[in-house]
Amino acid sequence: MSDSVSIVLAHGQLAAGLVSAVEQITGMGSRFLAMSNTGMSDAELEQQLRALVEKTGAKVVFTDLPAGSCNIAAFRLLRDKDVIVVSGVNLPTLLHFVTHPQLTPEEAATEAVERGAPTLRVTLGTPRGN
Amino acid sequence: MAIELYRIDDRLIHGQVIVGWGQPMGLGFLVLVDDEVARSEWEQELYRMGVPPELDVFFASVAEATVALDKWNDDKRPGILLTSDIDTMVRLVAAKKSIRAVNLGGIHYRAGRVERLRYLYLTGDEVHALLDLERRGVDVTARDVPASRPVPLSALLEGKGEAGAA
Repeated sequence: MSDSVSIVLAHGQLAAGLVSAVEQITGMGSRFLAMSNTGMSDAELEQQLRALVEKTGAKVVFTDLPAGSCNIAAFRLLRDKDVIVVSGVNLPTLLHFVTHPQLTPEEAATEAVERGAPTLRVTLGTPRGN
Repeated sequence: MAIELYRIDDRLIHGQVIVGWGQPMGLGFLVLVDDEVARSEWEQELYRMGVPPELDVFFASVAEATVALDKWNDDKRPGILLTSDIDTMVRLVAAKKSIRAVNLGGIHYRAGRVERLRYLYLTGDEVHALLDLERRGVDVTARDVPASRPVPLSALLEGKGEAGAA
């Protein structure tokens, strides 16, 4: 993975929360920059994301909801920026990504999604008396 | 079921539309009316990329939408029609008198616009365009998500719209 930071772009305070959780668990929260879409139009969001990518050299943008405004703003950068967009980010995905700095951004993002996606699961309890 | 919501939202397809409105109404299709997007395959691909595969998305210019609207309204599934600005919706309503209600879902700040709700900023010309819609018998209501209280145009212009979510 390159030395550049990665961006987490999500609704409300989700990105800041995810990054703080990465920091708490690994001490590596500074490898991510959190960004929110709150109060921003599509154009503003794209402009600010674009500026952040250009300023930091970020190679990976993690976004939350597929087809959400964060996701679409990041997709807009794919046309002219060498970035990788991850949709549907969760904490296990970020943790795997940040703890594999030896991988290229593409490898790290791909592997992180492969590991992170199946962590979403349902576990049923055993009703009392059974 | 037909088109159940005619919405003006400068973000067009995004979370509030797909999830906020789409989930409770069992959304089957989206119509995005925008002359610019209708000409751009890249823009259309962009909006399709994240949309759930079971959801149909139709792109149309105002002229194309005028022709196709009746067909969409014959669709058995519930649908949402989106425009990114007031002018596009006004042109569509002028051509299709069957549109009786318009939802103001999100118009963000830019120079010259005044805050009416936290998700709604309007210029003087935009206010006049909306009042003109109402004079033509169209019900104009602001509501970003179904859980929010609907705010009639008259109330938001009087500054009575910001009482919070229902």
